[in-house]
Amino acid sequence: MANVTKEKLDRLYEAYKNGTLSRRQFLKYLGLAGATIGLVGSPFGNAVKEAWAAESIRFDGWGGVVSEAFREHAFKPFTKATGIKVIDGEFGGMDSYLTRVKASFPPGGEFNIAHLSAVFDYARYAELGFASVLDESKIPNLKNVMASMIKPLRDITKGTLSAVPYDLGQTGIAYNTKEISKEKAEKLGASLLWDKGLKGKLGSWGGDHRTNMWYAALHTGQSPNNMTDLKAIWAALREQRSLMKKYWSSGAELMSLLANGEIYATVAWSGRVAALQQEGHPIGYLSPKGTYSWMEYLFVLKGTDLEIAQKLLNFMLEPAAAIAVAEGQNYPPSLDPTKVKLTEKIKKMPAFDPTGKLDGYLFANPAYWNANQVAWTEKWDRIKAGS
Amino acid sequence: MRPKSWKPWALLAPSMSAVFLLLVIPLCFVVVYSFWLRAPSGADIPAFQFGNYAKFFEDFFYPKILIRTIRISFETVILCVFMGYIPAYFFYRSESRYKKAFLLLIMLPFWVSFIIRTMSWINIMGDSGLINHFLLKIGLIQSPISMLYNEFTVLMGLIMYLLPFMVLNIYVSLEGIDKSLLEAARCMGCTEWQAFREVTLPLSLPGVSAGCLLVFVLTAGTYLPPMILGGPGNEMIANLIFKRIVGTLDWPFGSAISVILLSLLFVIVWTYNRYLGINQIFKSLQGN
Repeated sequence: MANVTKEKLDRLYEAYKNGTLSRRQFLKYLGLAGATIGLVGSPFGNAVKEAWAAESIRFDGWGGVVSEAFREHAFKPFTKATGIKVIDGEFGGMDSYLTRVKASFPPGGEFNIAHLSAVFDYARYAELGFASVLDESKIPNLKNVMASMIKPLRDITKGTLSAVPYDLGQTGIAYNTKEISKEKAEKLGASLLWDKGLKGKLGSWGGDHRTNMWYAALHTGQSPNNMTDLKAIWAALREQRSLMKKYWSSGAELMSLLANGEIYATVAWSGRVAALQQEGHPIGYLSPKGTYSWMEYLFVLKGTDLEIAQKLLNFMLEPAAAIAVAEGQNYPPSLDPTKVKLTEKIKKMPAFDPTGKLDGYLFANPAYWNANQVAWTEKWDRIKAGS
Repeated sequence: MRPKSWKPWALLAPSMSAVFLLLVIPLCFVVVYSFWLRAPSGADIPAFQFGNYAKFFEDFFYPKILIRTIRISFETVILCVFMGYIPAYFFYRSESRYKKAFLLLIMLPFWVSFIIRTMSWINIMGDSGLINHFLLKIGLIQSPISMLYNEFTVLMGLIMYLLPFMVLNIYVSLEGIDKSLLEAARCMGCTEWQAFREVTLPLSLPGVSAGCLLVFVLTAGTYLPPMILGGPGNEMIANLIFKRIVGTLDWPFGSAISVILLSLLFVIVWTYNRYLGINQIFKSLQGN
């Protein structure tokens, strides 16, 4: 198309130069051509084409191996089966994604479905008015999902659902097995992240105060959902900072630091550790008592075409698709193991619960963490920066 | 005949509209936001109060990061001047037929994504990177030397990003110097060094100062090198703004920090203009 347009413009310019076309006409045609290119050519062309497309939906996820699993095992088969295109976006963190959602116009309008992490995030999105109300009768595969994962959502959105649970995972501790023995890691537990012998070889997730405070609570012998001695938490985090090499900011950076031996121990997302182990890296995974567990959801933002969204969610909850995605991203699915037969690979994943009840799993209490988010984030930022 | 006064405005209209739409209006939004309040959920509450500015100065934490930013910016400028003048002078004096190719090499880094260029240092200076691998291989060290994630690597990332701006500014300024002036100086008994010191250097200063200003302003506003190559304690003010706006959804406070940074840069540019003259930049771009 570009060549044809260029040829036409060349002819137009030639006519103008030859005097067979008036300046007014030339400018009129030029303006029309510009408008046409603006609408159908790049860079806006794709957006316009997508808007013109019969049916499409935007999905934002965590990127890397996680998005790759969704793309391969859910979106491509869905598009093939229904003709509906899934526009696949990525984000690096929950807060940064929420910023983009807030900044869109109308707020949330550009976004449809997001792979959100943890119930506190579901609560935040609902509080900000981004929650939709799903018609559960259009998502029959929801019956296969663990009731223990659905209940916390219903409690927040007063009996309705704005999301479907999709997977669960843990933020445990990853360690280099060449440098740290399994015995030492298990003996120290959360305190491995405060081992002075690892000075300059420790890492942590810089973008999340919760994860860091959670492990500081375990290290200081407190309950992460009821920290009674915050001074001890801050002191522990300050002490840990002096041992740190790098506060990483994304899953890809976490994997790179561990794989290249830049750091020997760090808090880490269980699925990313599994991916490293599958690639043959000498990385062990430790989940001490009270390990930070989380559930992930496919959240449908207000204003989304619910017919399409529900169709996609139901497709993604089909056992075949959910199992394939789970194996791809290395996080157990939300499917109830007592109702759906899962694979051996899934049964070996960290955070997998064969009972489907999730008893004994420690999740962040949304009310507790959200109520203190502003103050604690700021405090964490200061400690991280050396204050 | 009096020229039609609307013509220059009509010609300027597209660029002025772009500046107005893409710079002035967003800047106004940032200023307005800086007076707003933030709800715990992340929602913004319209207000007119100076709490966000007061918060910045209430203790030394935020000013310390601002001071660190200014210090790193000055260090980057000084290093870029020394590292940039030599290649620029070399290109100026070179009679080689490959001169254009050399100049192209200066532009080459711009063809590769800034993030990729910054990340590539991890593969060079990392514990399992090229340098450590080589040193281990030849037996000079027994275990990898930790070179990454400190202020030195941040400076290195900044220089890699900004050096071409300095080289090009100085080169354009040097290129404008009439070479016969140098010949005249030599004829009058100057040594090569004296001719450089008395003629070339003073005449190239507009380019140097233009490069300094550009490098300083760009350094003060960059956040990728500290984020990728910095360790704990190497944060710069742009990282703080990024964290406040994108990380914690605190747009009002992030906007207030942005306005403070902008004001500081304005003061620096004003001072520069007062003593050196902003027109030096245009002079250097025109090759004097």
